[in-house]
Amino acid sequence: MTATAEAPAEIGAVETFEVTLRVKRQNPEGNDAHGPGEEYWEEFQLTCLATDRVLDALHQIKWNVDGTLNFRRSCAHGVCGSDAMRINAKNRLACSTLLKDLNPARPITVEPIAGLPVLKDLIVDMEPFFASYREIMPFLMTTGPTPERERLQSPEDRERFDDTTKCILCAACTTACPVFWTDGQYFGPQAIVGAHRFIFDSRDEGQWERLEILNDRAGVWKCRTAFNCTEACPRGIEVTKAISEVKHALNTGEV
Amino acid sequence: MTNHEYDVVIVGAGGAGMRAALESSQGARTAVLTKLYPTRSHTGAAQGGMAAALANVEDDNAEWHTFDTVKGGDYLVDQDAAEILCTEAVDAVLDLEKMGLPFNRTTAGTIDQRRFGGHTRGHGEAAVRRACYAADRTGHMILQTLYQQCIKQEVEFFNEFYVLDLILDGDPQAATASADVAVAGVIAYELATGEVHTFRAKSVIFATGGAGKVFKTTSNAHTLTGDGMALALRRGIPLEDMEFFQFHPTGLAGLGILLSEAARGEGGILRNSTGERFMERYAPTIKDLAPRDMVARAMANEVREGRGCGPAKDYVLLDLTHLEPAHIDAKLPDITEFARTYLGVEPYTEPIPVFPTAHYAMGGIPTTVRGEVLRNNTDVIKGLYAAGECACVSVHGANRLGTNSLLDINVFGKRSGVAAAEYAKTAKLAPMPADADAAVAGQVASLRATVGSSDGTEKVADVRRELQETMDRNVQVFRTDESLREAAAVIVGLKKRFENVAIHDRGQRFNTDLLEAIELGFLLDLAEVVVAGALARKESRGGHYREDFPERDDKNFMRHTMAYATSKGVKLDYKPVVVTKYQPMERKY
Repeated sequence: MTATAEAPAEIGAVETFEVTLRVKRQNPEGNDAHGPGEEYWEEFQLTCLATDRVLDALHQIKWNVDGTLNFRRSCAHGVCGSDAMRINAKNRLACSTLLKDLNPARPITVEPIAGLPVLKDLIVDMEPFFASYREIMPFLMTTGPTPERERLQSPEDRERFDDTTKCILCAACTTACPVFWTDGQYFGPQAIVGAHRFIFDSRDEGQWERLEILNDRAGVWKCRTAFNCTEACPRGIEVTKAISEVKHALNTGEV
Repeated sequence: MTNHEYDVVIVGAGGAGMRAALESSQGARTAVLTKLYPTRSHTGAAQGGMAAALANVEDDNAEWHTFDTVKGGDYLVDQDAAEILCTEAVDAVLDLEKMGLPFNRTTAGTIDQRRFGGHTRGHGEAAVRRACYAADRTGHMILQTLYQQCIKQEVEFFNEFYVLDLILDGDPQAATASADVAVAGVIAYELATGEVHTFRAKSVIFATGGAGKVFKTTSNAHTLTGDGMALALRRGIPLEDMEFFQFHPTGLAGLGILLSEAARGEGGILRNSTGERFMERYAPTIKDLAPRDMVARAMANEVREGRGCGPAKDYVLLDLTHLEPAHIDAKLPDITEFARTYLGVEPYTEPIPVFPTAHYAMGGIPTTVRGEVLRNNTDVIKGLYAAGECACVSVHGANRLGTNSLLDINVFGKRSGVAAAEYAKTAKLAPMPADADAAVAGQVASLRATVGSSDGTEKVADVRRELQETMDRNVQVFRTDESLREAAAVIVGLKKRFENVAIHDRGQRFNTDLLEAIELGFLLDLAEVVVAGALARKESRGGHYREDFPERDDKNFMRHTMAYATSKGVKLDYKPVVVTKYQPMERKY
């Protein structure tokens, strides 16, 4: 079907257009038409606003058409990390992806992120993902007495790890990684990003413990630099670069 | 049904909840229940900074900060509490730094600070650099750092557990002044399974956040439905000062997405359709950095008087175009990206359309400075605590200063965690009736029974939308007796319709359809309290502006509202404001 942009009805009104959303669904309890756990695609025809995001379209379905459609969401502006989904075959946040930027002339496909068990519709089991994050000891490790005032850090030292502090743990990177999909052991890119944030923090003294964990079978050497993670990151973190910096530290023994 | 037993149960895993957990879990067996995952909490959306008179970049002290907080709150602040907030602020920031929070730094390597609205030196002489920050994602860094410390300390979380009832061992309103009422625990609904869980605890801390979803245009997350406040209200606990809601001046026009006040702290300017820097007329000394209530009103007034921008003349402009792109990238990267993503505006070269957005509840569950929940003006409920936006200490009074909420969650989160653990050391578990979960189980069952039933004629989404629209229309920046009466009447009708609401999903697993219905019930109860308090407060103070009573009236209204839910509707009482050093003055900036 074609998108038809209509003239604004009144001054200041936002343009509307028609769009088809194809959503991949699964209900663990089954419903009238589908058995428990059966995967199927369902299409919804919607009238959307030019300012609408994919999340608005999903809400329109849930609130007006089918209340059983399930997905996670909270902040709705790209900072809480709840609504990472595979939208037109690319991992993105539903709340920061505008429909009009997706070529609404063609059906827009929405699937759960890949590589984690699907629990219902677009909801996946996040526990394996958070378990990998916990594994890399994502907290400042220091020795010696706690100083009275703040630890000093130059703006340059602070800048060194700025990129990886932006991570919101949405799992878009990890679930875009072909190695993660096929290798049940790999920590995935996010855990390496989480480790990078501390390894290159001048205040931290736990870098070698973390590097040792990442040197493991499940660690950085699994990465084949496919760059999927960097493309998927909704925060614009250069994930592949962070991983290569960790590899470099392991190769040279210098951070 | 599953039963659990803990020393301390914390409800909510945002900044206040996790800060409390880091304290309580050191000496008391602690569980943290959250309806999300901890890192999804809305603390992470806070942008600009956390106030503390570190004096790292210029002269500053806690007394100036206290004065600004009291004046910013239009003298409805309890001054003893504000003094604690501002004095403990310095350690609260240093604690976070020691936990690893990556603050921006000065060239000397110390924590950098910047200007924010209403924060001044010398009792209003000029703006002061008091906000400690990490670009425009300070809340994100706080949430991440606290979560990381919780991982280190192996804090026990129950993720996606919705707390739907609070169990006390007596009626807080029936009990005489001398009789004790204690907390027994909470009842929670597990999203993944639909199972109802009973959590007995010696201490319970509510850290459930705000209720911005009573409004349509809001910076708040979809999940901010005031659950903790509404549960307390339903169990006979009063809510304090709920008519005071903060409308943040710079929401993205039409969307409500927050653009930090840091944009103005870094030099951004608000302009009307003639290009005029209109804040010069409203606050000649600190202009664009006046407190939020004043700026929001000024913006709404510019639009009302025909000086709004855009085709419908319904917003003003936030102008950053005179700032260096490199400076914008370094200090305001996220909010400028929001402007690009959601409005297609390039802030380097184009001003950003903005309009006030419902942002923060100054009111909430009344507490002492130790976080203990009050059941009337003086008596506490034993073992029950509240902290963060759901609580009212009151450190924000009638209008919160920017950067004082990230401070609040850290200072009073910590204090409530300490107090809850200390109480749990000697307290016994209060008796929990065997059928304590009956109300929740019944509510869930009757909502499930509406699926496909002919009785249910109302949709959750319709009732919610009408509530939010009437609140935006009648209870926003400008209020009158007439607008508030209209809102009150609409809410009565919506509460009636809510009784006939039907859901779609009968499933046990991940039934968010059912939970949205329950959350709407919370919103309706809270909206009723907001409107009742606003109707009775025939004055203008801070975030509450009555066009029919445009002046502050200290003689009749320098007192906190205490709202109680009764079978006959909302009953209002009042509580004196604690005044120590600062006598009320006219609020000029």
